Amino acid sequence: MKLNIAIAAFGIAGLVGAAHAQDPNLARNLAATCANCHGTNGKSLGGMESLAGEPKEKLLQKLADYRSGDKPATIMHQIVVGYTDEQLDLITTWFAAQK
Amino acid sequence: MLNRRDFLKSAAVAAAGTGALPGFIGHAMATTTKARHHVVIVGGGYGGATAAKYLRMWGNGAVDVTLIERNTTFVSCPISNLVIGGVKRIEDITISYDNLKSKWGVKLITDEATAIDVDKKTVTTAKHGTIAWDRLVLSPGIDLLPGRIGGLEGKEDRIPHAWKAGPQTVLLRKQLEAMPDGGVFAMHIPRAPYRCPPGPYERACLVANYLREAKPKSKVLVLDANGEIQSKKALFTQAFERYGALLEYVPNSALQSVDADTLTAELEFDSIKADVLNVIPPMRAGNIAATTGLPLINDAWVDVDWLTLEAKGMPGVHVLGDALFPAPAMPKSGHMANQHAKVAAAAILNLFEGLPPNPTPVVMNTCYSFVDARNVIHVASVHQFDSAKKQPMPVAGAGGVSAMANDLEGKAALAWARNIWADMLA
Ligand SMILES: Cc1cc2nc3c(=O)[nH]c(=O)nc-3n(C[C@H](O)[C@H](O)[C@H](O)COP(=O)(O)OP(=O)(O)OC[C@H]3O[C@@H](n4cnc5c(N)ncnc54)[C@H](O)[C@@H]3O)c2cc1C
Ligand code: HEC
Repeated sequence: MKLNIAIAAFGIAGLVGAAHAQDPNLARNLAATCANCHGTNGKSLGGMESLAGEPKEKLLQKLADYRSGDKPATIMHQIVVGYTDEQLDLITTWFAAQK
Repeated sequence: MLNRRDFLKSAAVAAAGTGALPGFIGHAMATTTKARHHVVIVGGGYGGATAAKYLRMWGNGAVDVTLIERNTTFVSCPISNLVIGGVKRIEDITISYDNLKSKWGVKLITDEATAIDVDKKTVTTAKHGTIAWDRLVLSPGIDLLPGRIGGLEGKEDRIPHAWKAGPQTVLLRKQLEAMPDGGVFAMHIPRAPYRCPPGPYERACLVANYLREAKPKSKVLVLDANGEIQSKKALFTQAFERYGALLEYVPNSALQSVDADTLTAELEFDSIKADVLNVIPPMRAGNIAATTGLPLINDAWVDVDWLTLEAKGMPGVHVLGDALFPAPAMPKSGHMANQHAKVAAAAILNLFEGLPPNPTPVVMNTCYSFVDARNVIHVASVHQFDSAKKQPMPVAGAGGVSAMANDLEGKAALAWARNIWADMLA
């Protein structure tokens, strides 16, 4: 798939700033976008790290390191920049609360 | 094309014809008196199986889910090119539906859905009569249109497509095994959009990888109806180069007709004689979505509302996966079908509770492709809902492709498969 820069040429902030009430399950729904690789509810069957039950600060630090390039990655550096800080906050809070 | 009224008429006739069957399922009567909601899902592939599990998991079992699937087991298209290349076996990509039944309480009906009636809210099946729903989810994938290529219709046993995993995958593998050294494997790629943009190029690599080791005098001929490689172009170009003279890529090669007896492919200006001929025909949304009065774009793909994945103008009928007309830069992939399913499941549960759907859904995609038995390249994207455009848009600067083919991602691709299969079926 070609990522068409013309189509994609706008910032992420304008997208999620809309003045809608937040969905009560927003964190759960956002975290479910990671499950394809990290397992349902963040419980991986192996080959990818489990995210369930990991401390929030630790997860956020790793994500920040992917974003900055401090932590080498095959793909997470490209995924993490698709989400806002607020979304990553919700996602990591949700994973940290999973047992 | 039937218009909506014709469709409703024919669906009503179909429903009337089956209403007296002994197998008739009692939900139509039950839902009016019972408070429980009933979702019927057609298609237990990447979209439908994920929707079934997540409706039960997120709904805490409060919503009844019936899954209608024609096949008795799930066979994955992702990783099926490794079966064709002789790296994996068909058993490795075949998974039971048992957990959906026993662990998640999904009612599984092994049958063909033949018609839908949007006003009566029913689905008609071949052997299980008519089934009523409060909400319907269609994730039928694609149906192929071999009739658009002269001589191809009805010849899939001789000229396999292997674009639906299962017996076709095994057949193509057997043909490759039987091919003599020095033979020509020719494959045809239809015009985009088709299921899995990188899939044909991955297949070309894995067939070349097999032939290089087993039958090095052979040739892989990639006849692409498109003007260029449709996904990960630079990375696939590099991969093709590494196969040297063994693999030839020919763009702008729309197939006009085939001769199944001689395995000849007729292009506009050329005629190619193959020893194994793999034609991926043009395709559109699965018949249950494409021929039952749903709103189509280009007469092929269903137009949906992106907050709920409902077909436009048809509240209560949700369409997922390959069958829908994609938002900008959104591929027809198993990964994406899984993500559609989660947006739809969340929306359906909200709507049953009288809540609006999540106004800010996010979906993301990754397609891993093998360029040989061990090394993999990816393409990824993240799509955030744009409330002005009313559809998900790819986030600028996010996603992208691998720097180069590498074996770390070879391991990641297999881990992805294991985890997404569990995410839908375990
Ligand atoms: C060779 C190949 C490689 C691929 N590799 C990848 C990959 O690496 N990563 C990736 O993300 N995607 C990949 N894909 C794409 C992926 O397979 C599809 O995008 C995905 O399967 C779409 O999911 P779906 O739910 O729309 O359809 P499907 O998964 O095809 O599911 C549809 C199901 O509905 C059933 N069905 C249809 N109509 C009826 C009916 N009327 N009654 C009963 N049952 C019915 C079918 O039997 C089927 O089980 C690949 C595809 C191919 C062909
Ligand atoms: C396509 C598969 C894929 C998806 C989807 C994905 N990840 Fe990852 N994740 C990986 C891989 C692979 C790694 C290892 C680093 C790398 O190579 O990029 C990783 C590593 C991580 C790590 C570090 C784990 C550790 O303990 O070292 C975190 C945290 C993480 N991902 C969070 C997320 C979150 C949050 C999401 C959803 C927003 C997500 N990932 C979606 C594949 C994925």
